Formats: sequence, structure tokens, C-alpha cells
Amino acid sequence: MRLGFFFREALRALTRNAVPSFAAMATVLVTVLVLGVFIPVVQATTGAANEVRSRVMADVYLKPGVTQAEIARVRNLIEHQTPHVARAVYVPKEKAIAAERKAGRGEFYDLLGANPLPDTFRIYPDKPDNIGKIRNELSPLAPAGGRTVIDPAIDEVRNREEDTNKILSATRVVKITMALLAVLLCVASILLIANTIRLSLYARRREVEVMKLVGATDWFIRWPFVLEGMLVGALGGVMAILLLGVVKVALVDPLAAQFALIAAPNTINFGLLIAVLLAASVGVSAIGSGLSLRRFLRV
Amino acid sequence: MAATENRPRRAAPAPRRSVLPPPVPGAIVDLRSVTKRYSKVDIGVEDVTFAVQPGEFLFVVGASGSGKSTLMRLLIKESEPTFGSITVAGHDLATVPRSKIPYYRRNVGVIFQDFKLLPSRTVHDNVAYALQVTGGRRREIREKVPDILRLTGLSTKLHNYPDQLSGGEQQRVSVARAFVNHPPLLLADEPTGNLDPETSIGIMQLLYRINRTGTTVIVATHDKSMVDRMRRRVIELSAGRVIRDEATGRYST
Repeated sequence: MRLGFFFREALRALTRNAVPSFAAMATVLVTVLVLGVFIPVVQATTGAANEVRSRVMADVYLKPGVTQAEIARVRNLIEHQTPHVARAVYVPKEKAIAAERKAGRGEFYDLLGANPLPDTFRIYPDKPDNIGKIRNELSPLAPAGGRTVIDPAIDEVRNREEDTNKILSATRVVKITMALLAVLLCVASILLIANTIRLSLYARRREVEVMKLVGATDWFIRWPFVLEGMLVGALGGVMAILLLGVVKVALVDPLAAQFALIAAPNTINFGLLIAVLLAASVGVSAIGSGLSLRRFLRV
Repeated sequence: MAATENRPRRAAPAPRRSVLPPPVPGAIVDLRSVTKRYSKVDIGVEDVTFAVQPGEFLFVVGASGSGKSTLMRLLIKESEPTFGSITVAGHDLATVPRSKIPYYRRNVGVIFQDFKLLPSRTVHDNVAYALQVTGGRRREIREKVPDILRLTGLSTKLHNYPDQLSGGEQQRVSVARAFVNHPPLLLADEPTGNLDPETSIGIMQLLYRINRTGTTVIVATHDKSMVDRMRRRVIELSAGRVIRDEATGRYST
């Protein structure tokens, strides 16, 4: 009985105040639309940045003519005595030159007549930021300047310093910017919706005053407004999601087949995105209505 | 006194019980030394003391700004007295907590000069709303609302919206809404202030009929002819003070 009454009251208010309700709904629609586009974009960007970062590695070049025992010793050194190493791959020089040939640079090596490439350990760090520590561990800075190595079988340790530093700082900036934008957008959405709700409530503050004088409790007055906010939020949210769905099917899916960035493996899946957006639009609208009403309830 | 303590500028000293006049037994409304100051110089009512017995019909008269509306606002606990105590139907209003104010208001019917109807509801729904807030069942609403609308002569306007009615009819709706719960006390703040003399008589007769059923009615008004015609108890306010209280008075002495 109660719930039915509140629901009928909410519907009555919606239809009687069609224009403000429509404005509120349009606000929710636009906001959800923007968020719905932005969330996957943020995730794709962060995903791409992370993917780039995962390519950070260091090469440990061994001296020419090392024995199997020395190789085993260095492997043990890297894998068990060096912190922050996630994985180390041994690339013998035969394999390295095969890779070079595969990349189309074979003729240069043919000219040389012998394989100039060293045997190499390729080290992947547990976190991209730790690559410098690994290098310092295996090849500490000498007091006299330059670097020494900790094992006589190691010729040199390189982490492709320039590339690595660029990747690390660029991706860090991208991630921070995206996070900031996401926070700003969320705040803007909430403020926008709250403001719209407050405007439409302001038009009805006389009504609230009368209800209070007749002896309605705060929650008796509030529930229809909260329900109304939920309805408006749900309507706006559903429409925005429909639009997003159309865009996804018509534009993004065909493109995703061709561009790896859009199909970055760790973007949110569409069903979850829908659920999050719908819950957010309904929740924010309902809570916004309930809170905005407080001002007018103080009679 | 919880709510008064929130007011930043409280001009009066803390209530001293010994100063208050003794309560009047059996009274439905009992005001004792009620003072309301909006600021140091702006006085709503000052040291107002009177009691109303159940079933009385009381006019509160006085010029604009004499404190009539302040008195009405105090009686529905829309504002708090700075000093003094108000007892309505056995409830000391100072002890009614904020959350219980709606329940208190259901025992008091109120009528205003500007009607204060809900513009988006029909006559029927406006009256029904007063029952719905108390959790009235649909059957109760179906029985009571047509009854009260017949009493107030609005049976044919059931499905009209307030803006489709004349001023007198709108005031009848607001009387119907105030009385549909059969409260023991009915307050009317300038009920005929916006109406022509003939319509006013109709409204007054309606209030009189309601008074005859045993409901206490307090009318704040500056409608001289009405007060003179009815010959009821009159309390006159001037600058917030009671200057006259007569059992069967006229508007002016």
C-alpha cells in the first residue's frame, strides 16, 4: 500500500513536471554517455601503457667463448641471487643471429662471415620501475666511474637506458593524466546531476512546505522524490546505454578487428560497464534527490 | 527547548519556571508568558498569557504586525518561543522533538489566507493527502473525503484543480483538508483575508458549524464586520501584547 502510493506519487510528479524531469533525464543521459565512452578509453590507454611497460628489460651480454659451467653460474646468479628478477631467458648466439636473419638483416652478418653476437641473458623485472636496480646489482657503479661486473663471465649489462626511461616516464604521465581526468569527470557528473535535481526541486518547494504543514513526516515527503530520482536516472541511464550499445556494435566492434589498441585485452566487458553505469545513474539521482530535499524540509 | 538552543542570538534569559503563571487545568490551549523575539528589537509576541477551553470559538484580532501570525506559527511549532510555555491538548510543545512535529501537527487543522493547496492535485486529492500522510487506508479515504466535501459544499468540484476554483471555493477546500482528520483544534490565519464579504460569511459559517461539532476554533483576523457579527470571545493584540480579552467582544472597544 505504502510503496504503491509512493510510486504513484513519483509518477504523478514526473508527468506533471514533464519539462524539469526531461531536463534532469537529459543531464543523466549525457553524463552517462560521456562516462560510458571514457571508462573504456581510460582502460584501453592504461592497458596500452602497461603493455608497453611490460617490454622493459635488460640484456646481460656474456664474454665470447664462455663455457657451459660459466653460463650455469651466471644463470644461478641472475635467477637466485638478484632481487626483482621475474624471469630470465638465455639466448645463445646462434638463436640471436637466427632472429636477426628472420628480421631481414641477415646479409650484413653474411658479409662478416662469423657470428659477432654474444650469448645473452634477457632479464624481465618483476616491476618495470625496478629495472635500474637489477642493472646496478649485476653491474655496480665503480668508484672510479664507469661500471664493473660482478661475474667475470659477464661482459656488459645494458638496459637500453634511453628507451626504458622514455617508456617509463611517458606511460607514467599517461596513467596519471587519465586518472585525474576520470576523477574530474566523475565530480563534474555528480555536480551537474545534483544541480539539475536541485533546480527541479526548487520549483516545488511550496509543495513541500504544504505537505509539512499537513503533518507529513520527512520520509513520507522524501520517498516519492527519491523514487522519482531513481526513475529519471534509470530512464536516462537506459537511453544512454542503448546509444552506447549502438555505437559499440556499429563502430567499435568492426574497428576492433583491425586495431589492437581498441581490443586491448583488459578493457571492461560491456555487460559489466552497463551494470556499473546504470547503478551509478540510478544511485546518484536517488541520493541527489534525497539530499537536495533536505534544505526544503526544514520548515 | 532543544530547538531554541540552536538559535544563535537568544535575547531572553533561560526560562525560570517560577515566573510562569500557573497552568490552567482542562484548557486545550494554554499559553503562559509566551515571548517570541526575532531579534533584539524585532518582537513577534511579548508575554502573552491566555487559555482556551475545549469547544471555544476565539477571535485573535489586531493590526498587521501585532503578532497574530507569530502566534499561529508558534501554535503549530513552525517556530519556537524565546520564552514561556505553550501547551496544546496536554502536550508541552517545548518537549515535542523535531521528529515528532509531523505527528503533533496532525492534531491541529490549519487554514491560511493564501489557502496553501497543492496545485498539482485535484480537490479530492488535496483533501485525501491529509489522510494519506497519516497512513489512512483507501477505504477510509473513500468514505471520509466525499463526506467532508459535502459538508463544505464542494461535491460538484471533486475533480477540479485549485486554479480552476474561485477564492472562496479554494478556502473551502483548505477547510475541508484541515478538518478531514477531525482534529480537536482548528487554527485559521486570516481565513477571509483574500475574500469578498459575502464569501467570507460562508467561510465563517462553515467554521462555526465545525465549532458546533465540539472542535475548538481559533481565528486570527482583521475582518471587523465578521467579529462584530459573531459576538464571540475576542483577544486583541497590539505590538505583540494582549491588550483585551473579552468573552463576547466586538472588534474594537
